[in-house]
Amino acid sequence: MNSSVIVFPGSNCDRDIAVALEKLQFKNRMVWHKDSDLPKSDLIVIPGGFSYGDYLRSGAIAAKSNIINEVIKAANHGCLILGVCNGFQILIETGLLKGALLRNKNLKFLSKDVFVKVVKNDNKFCKKYKSGQIIKLNIAHNEGNYFINSENLKKLEDKNLIAFKYCNQKGEINEGSNPNGSLNNIAGIFNENKNILGMMPHPERMVDKTISSEDGINLFSSLLG
Amino acid sequence: MKITNKLVEEHGLKLEEYSKIKELLDREPNLLELGIFSAMWNEHCSYKSSKFHLKNLYTKNKNVIQGPGENAGVIDIGDGDAIVFKIESHNHPSFIEPYQGAATGVGGILRDVFTMGARPIALLNSIHFGSPENKKTRNLLHGVVSGIGGYGNCIGIPTVAGETKFNSTYNENILVNAMAVGHAKKDKIFYSKAKGIGKSVVYVGSKTGRDGIHGASMASAEFDENSEEKKPTVQVGDPFTEKLLMEACLELMKDNSIISIQDMGAAGLTSSSVEMAFKGDLGIELNLDKVPCREEGMSPYEMMLSESQERMLIILEKDKEDFAKKIFDKWDLDFVVIGKTTNTKKITLNYKQKIVADIPIDALSSKAPQYQRKWNKIKLSEKKINIKDLKKIKFEDSFLRIFSSSNQSNKNWITEQYDQMVMGDTIQRSGGDAAVIKIHNKDKAIAVTVDSSAKYSKSHPKTGGKQIVCESWRNLISVGAKPIAITNCLNFGNPENPEIMGEFAESILGIKEACEYLNYPVVSGNVSFYNGTNKKNIYPTPVIGGVGLVSKPIKKVNHILKGEENPVLIVGKTFGHLDQSTFFEEIYSINEGPPPEVNLLNEKNNGEFILYLIKSNLIKSAHDISAGGLIVALAEMCVGSNYGIKIEKPKRLSNIFEYFYGEDQGRYLIEIEKKNLEKVEKLSKKNNIFQEIIGFTQKNTFELKGELKINIKDLFNINNKWYYNY
Repeated sequence: MNSSVIVFPGSNCDRDIAVALEKLQFKNRMVWHKDSDLPKSDLIVIPGGFSYGDYLRSGAIAAKSNIINEVIKAANHGCLILGVCNGFQILIETGLLKGALLRNKNLKFLSKDVFVKVVKNDNKFCKKYKSGQIIKLNIAHNEGNYFINSENLKKLEDKNLIAFKYCNQKGEINEGSNPNGSLNNIAGIFNENKNILGMMPHPERMVDKTISSEDGINLFSSLLG
Repeated sequence: MKITNKLVEEHGLKLEEYSKIKELLDREPNLLELGIFSAMWNEHCSYKSSKFHLKNLYTKNKNVIQGPGENAGVIDIGDGDAIVFKIESHNHPSFIEPYQGAATGVGGILRDVFTMGARPIALLNSIHFGSPENKKTRNLLHGVVSGIGGYGNCIGIPTVAGETKFNSTYNENILVNAMAVGHAKKDKIFYSKAKGIGKSVVYVGSKTGRDGIHGASMASAEFDENSEEKKPTVQVGDPFTEKLLMEACLELMKDNSIISIQDMGAAGLTSSSVEMAFKGDLGIELNLDKVPCREEGMSPYEMMLSESQERMLIILEKDKEDFAKKIFDKWDLDFVVIGKTTNTKKITLNYKQKIVADIPIDALSSKAPQYQRKWNKIKLSEKKINIKDLKKIKFEDSFLRIFSSSNQSNKNWITEQYDQMVMGDTIQRSGGDAAVIKIHNKDKAIAVTVDSSAKYSKSHPKTGGKQIVCESWRNLISVGAKPIAITNCLNFGNPENPEIMGEFAESILGIKEACEYLNYPVVSGNVSFYNGTNKKNIYPTPVIGGVGLVSKPIKKVNHILKGEENPVLIVGKTFGHLDQSTFFEEIYSINEGPPPEVNLLNEKNNGEFILYLIKSNLIKSAHDISAGGLIVALAEMCVGSNYGIKIEKPKRLSNIFEYFYGEDQGRYLIEIEKKNLEKVEKLSKKNNIFQEIIGFTQKNTFELKGELKINIKDLFNINNKWYYNY
């Protein structure tokens, strides 16, 4: 599997994602934002960080960058795209994913381990998990409060496009297990073709037992085919 | 412009210092030159009051690659790896403008570390505020915490450990100390010493603006009621640009094109260029027309004294300019050759085809004033308080009050605002005795901690200095690390006051004694004087940042209880020293008497014993006993665990408050498996270590027989609520 990690000025989880991909034997390339050629990839990852300083609005400038046009083209051809944290924000800004990521409910940067439920495993990103499986991942963001209008929310639900929901250790999805105010505890969503996943939690931070845990590893191994 | 006495004083210089300037120049300086002298001769840059005492510190052993005097200290951790680290204060700016003050404090210390060729891998901080009841405290706390987070989170370096304390002594002068730790290859360390004549001096990074002019001079004076007016002297940070600057510098450092490199910190372009020339025994010539400026019409005076952030000065090898420029172009950063090294041993500034300043380098550095200020010895106070003379309180009530107090509360509210996991190597996060960070791609890790105990230092600075080095050592041991070296940030009041100077001198003697005994040298640091407002000085607050090595194979040890029916042992003797304790302060508002005694022999023996037990896989969890004494340490082991503990009162108990709240030093709590109890007891006997069983772990309940019984979920809430309610 060939993967590409897009590096914007201000990306800061690019190395972490590359470490996770290489651990799973992806043939990975780092792609600089000024490049207009994208190497042939089966998977493109847009990592977390503060692309272009996140000035203006999180992800807004990156969504207008050289390389992002190539990413959009690849996405429309069915290439797998994963956006984590700032990567999710960028995917929203490009319009590849629907909705908006607002300031966290408590208006503070929030970094902690959270439980999320894998809603369904009938997609390329989650197939190594069980449907309904509860995993522990780490979040670290200022704008992760997912919002979408009721019409589109219904679409997400009807078409089974919600990938992850925040929950507690027992899997209960409620206000108490919602860290940032996200609508319906949504932590990650797909596009309609389910070849694009955007998520606020960081799976790449949970791929090594010595350091943290291996709860995130199945997301990457699912993509190996 | 005529230099008047008033102008001299406005530059923070004494009139006799101005006479010395005229003597050194053999003429009157112009305004620009006066500004440069004021920037280099202030306390912050010249260490004029502290140098004499800093010489006493223990700074060398076989692990030290670079001790104090460079941008940061460097230690050897084997296998060709080096750790580069330093702590620095940003107290004055943070009081005036908490968000930017704290943010640029983080930015500054990061530059000190990556300037030396290290990739920063961890950030720490020690922050001290006034009492929570003080009107300003809440705003300052919020601003400082979000400033620290705002910078570290954006640049993508995990903020992994710290301490936050409240005491009315900081009501009008908070402390914000930031520490950065980086990893480098031992044979790829970069220094600030210039070499060679006619080499290009290159300016890289952000443009120069009008922010932070005279910042270092501000940090060298006390505050008064007009301090608010100093807001424009606080710099504004841009972590995004710093991220670019860091990546560009580290990319350039892979090649052999840098002769020397220095960040533009306090006193900006002035101190960086003088520093490089001084260390290389050379001169430096700058063409100020070339300096990238943010605004039009900036004067040489403003350019030389600006403290705009995210800038570096580099001296390049011959013909490397184009190669280096490409890298900075890639990162969209300014890269301009602004001058060259010379053999004149002077700093010469040109502007619009005229020489606008011309000063011998030594006048700004080695010939800068040095003071041996008068200092008074400080007596150890005699013990005054007997617990039996105080109004009785129920043990449970005292515990609940202390465990939910501002100083003993869990700091989750703060640490959740910091990204602790970015870079993917954080093994142990905030909340334990020390944080543990894996060396990328290697089977070893470093442990880091930052500590202070101003109350002990106020009571007896020498003991306080000793104690805090020992506490740092214990915190590293408790996570299974061998302590290697420290960095110190010495926060004190006005050095012109002999009492304060006495606190300073004696603190250093205490730090030295402990460092020497434990073979735990100081490799970098910073002195911050004039922490006070209107003649009221803060408590002497030496802050120690410690680094230790967790060698392979990495064993994860922390303070959280791990199992059921495991014996919990207390290692080290309990005498019940209550003077200067949290108990006396929180319950009776008493701050008298001597601090607990520090016995270095016991510290060393107990620490080495714990480390041996960890290496031998005999420990399930370990915790240092510090402020709040035994009962607080035991409760902390239950917070975040699924297990509680059933504590037995020792048979020889004379007074329950003395036993459980006493702050005797050199003690640890360890949880072991029952099957290993006999083995551990034998080992401690053999090594002459005092230990006793304090209780056994159990499910769900924290319990001291006959005194208190609390569900661990409630215990968690008691410990966590303060910050969320503040």
